[in-house]
Amino acid sequence: MKRNLLIALWFTLVTTVMFGVVYPLAITGLAQVLFPSQANGQLIKKNGKIVGSRIIGQSFTEPGYFHSRPSSAGTGYDPTSSSGSNLGPTNKLLIERVRSDVQKLQAENPNVPIPVDLVTASGSGLDPDISPAAAEFQIPRVAHSRGMKEDEVRIVVRKHTKDRDLEFLGEPRVHVLELNLELDTLHPL
Amino acid sequence: MTANGWFQIGLYLFVIALVTKPMGAFMTRVFNRDKTFLDPILRPIEQLVYRLTGVDERREMRWTEYAIAMLLFSGVSMALLYIIERTQRWLPFNPQKFANVEPALAFGTAASFTTNTNWQAYSGESTMSYLTQMAGLAYHNFASAAVGIVLAIVVIRGIARKETDKLGNFWVDTTRCLLWVLLPVCVLGSLVLVSQGVVQNLKPYTTVELIQPYAAQVAGADGKSSAQTVTQQVIAQGPVASQEVIKEFGTNGGGFFNANSAHPFENPTPFSNFFEMVLIFAIPSGLTYTLGRMTGSQRHGWAVWAAMAFLFLAGVTTAYWAEAKGNPLLAGTDQHAGASQSGGNMEGKEVRLGIANSALFTTVTTDASCGAVNSMHDSYTPLGGMVPLVNIMLGEVVFGGVGAGLYGIFVFVVLAVFIAGLMVGRTPEYLGKKIESYDVKMAMLAVLILTFTILTFSAISVVKPYGTSSISNPGPHGLSQILYAYVSSTGNNGSAFGGLIPNTMWYNTTTAVAQLLGRFFMIIPVLAIAGSLAKKKTVPKSAGTFPVTGGLFAGLLVSTIVIVGALTFFPALSLGPILEHLLMNAGKAF
Repeated sequence: MKRNLLIALWFTLVTTVMFGVVYPLAITGLAQVLFPSQANGQLIKKNGKIVGSRIIGQSFTEPGYFHSRPSSAGTGYDPTSSSGSNLGPTNKLLIERVRSDVQKLQAENPNVPIPVDLVTASGSGLDPDISPAAAEFQIPRVAHSRGMKEDEVRIVVRKHTKDRDLEFLGEPRVHVLELNLELDTLHPL
Repeated sequence: MTANGWFQIGLYLFVIALVTKPMGAFMTRVFNRDKTFLDPILRPIEQLVYRLTGVDERREMRWTEYAIAMLLFSGVSMALLYIIERTQRWLPFNPQKFANVEPALAFGTAASFTTNTNWQAYSGESTMSYLTQMAGLAYHNFASAAVGIVLAIVVIRGIARKETDKLGNFWVDTTRCLLWVLLPVCVLGSLVLVSQGVVQNLKPYTTVELIQPYAAQVAGADGKSSAQTVTQQVIAQGPVASQEVIKEFGTNGGGFFNANSAHPFENPTPFSNFFEMVLIFAIPSGLTYTLGRMTGSQRHGWAVWAAMAFLFLAGVTTAYWAEAKGNPLLAGTDQHAGASQSGGNMEGKEVRLGIANSALFTTVTTDASCGAVNSMHDSYTPLGGMVPLVNIMLGEVVFGGVGAGLYGIFVFVVLAVFIAGLMVGRTPEYLGKKIESYDVKMAMLAVLILTFTILTFSAISVVKPYGTSSISNPGPHGLSQILYAYVSSTGNNGSAFGGLIPNTMWYNTTTAVAQLLGRFFMIIPVLAIAGSLAKKKTVPKSAGTFPVTGGLFAGLLVSTIVIVGALTFFPALSLGPILEHLLMNAGKAF
């Protein structure tokens, strides 16, 4: 008992140093050398300022931008409090929230059913993507606000649509922040 | 449901089948102390550890000493985690200047990570310093995983050895597990994850200037909310990849961030998602092969694997079907799967992962006692959300946690051969060992403690205000939330119906107690059986021996698991998810 207690004390200390300090620091060093962009969050710079991360979503509310999904992270897309809504399927708060979003969207693009991802909150609250259907749904509004032809916008959307990984893993998706940044460059508001 | 979705699920099971043999054979060599190709690098480190800690590597222990060593290690390392949490403000690697963690939360978290549960009542990105994450939480991912694995090995030795009371040395097994089994995969795996976009740095959080500022209601210091324009986004950073990999590989599941594997910095691409799922099942699946190899009955190992694979497929089919069908209460939305969207119930799910990969991950993480989530279980449809609940209720024996899955299914194997023995009227035998009254009593003790803990705490919580006040989804879903909390804690899973507010005195304390009971009152009876089996003589096979290989045995094992689980929990399930499903289809909301 006493012998094992002594071992337990030393063993905890030694392995904590090995696996809790040396290992993560070594991985940090390797990652910074091998994959510097990925290891630091794939930050996007514009005019010398950091305008976002390639894989973290942002809130867009102006009609000229493609909108991201609803978010429950803080006040919306707050990476210091990532979270889903955690609303259950029969919770009135969820059903009311979706109904109100559906009404707004129906007004801007009537007679088209609303792709479900556009009115549901993601698990992280930071989803950088929308489905191609949700992008297609927004093309008329964005084109109108920017004075562009729908087909012109559609070409930019295609460019930022990513197919499944290796053609079969995951789902096709459209990257909202990069799409909006490119629209700003091509045809500023 | 789509053909592509089924293809991804099928491919996943195929890859798991492929890694089973190499993983299992490698672990056999490591724990038999045979030579491996990693010895030139790792053997000197191993000997250094023994020299520093005073371990005599030739000495073997009886099951009681093994258990004491395991408890001492768990106790000491839990205390160290508590101390780190309570002093993080004064320690290095805290660029965000987070305060010391509150005592109740620090205790709950320490219990949670020591027991391989990783139930999280906190948001990592706003509570824990980088040092707490690395040396506290990620370290316990290694330690608790190693403890689980070596216990499974002891159980296997108990079956394989005869007429001895020596079962191995806890410190040697743990060291070898850490160095040979866990470390190499984690070094390579974390780099694979970084290549996909999982961050790995020690920098302060990054401030972003938004290209389109927006108006939002912001809560001020006085608690009142006011309309403000948000112009910046603060992106949380950290040494994530090195923790992410062991979080999956050690079936721990404690996320660096609150959103866990739904967070793009923990799980950026469908490829990283697939890789993480393979990591979760790799060791548990491999251990079935180790079981076969060490006990000299490879076909028994595969029979156990087949029973697990069957239950896995049943779970993932139900979850995928329910989630793809969607939520009928969301009027005006298009939930059909098509070429341009995955459709279904997307609340709480990420677009890049879609329905198939969310349902698959959820099944995998709760079959194993992992508890990482890539989508929010609380927002699943009632039947979709019942799948993770049932998976954990069955004891997480469908591949299961690292080690915990194998010693968990061992309990059911003992019960299955006992029942078979009763049916034919012979003393039950298991791989040449007579299963006697003591062994069956210990197996039943393990089963009953889990059930008792879950149902007692849930029952108190649904009638007392300090229990019900944490419910966030009213109606039958509220019962599911409470039930899930105790099922997940006792089963050492750690996933949650996350709407439940867990950071209260009642939940912090009782979930911690449930985790400790669920972990150690499972382990100790199982070790006792292992000790008892090791002492026994081997009886030669006869015509009356019940075969533990082949379809009949696998079928009996599945039935035992399902019947024990169903009889125990069906009443609670029918008042929670099943009732909610019926009401949802009748158009009722709460």
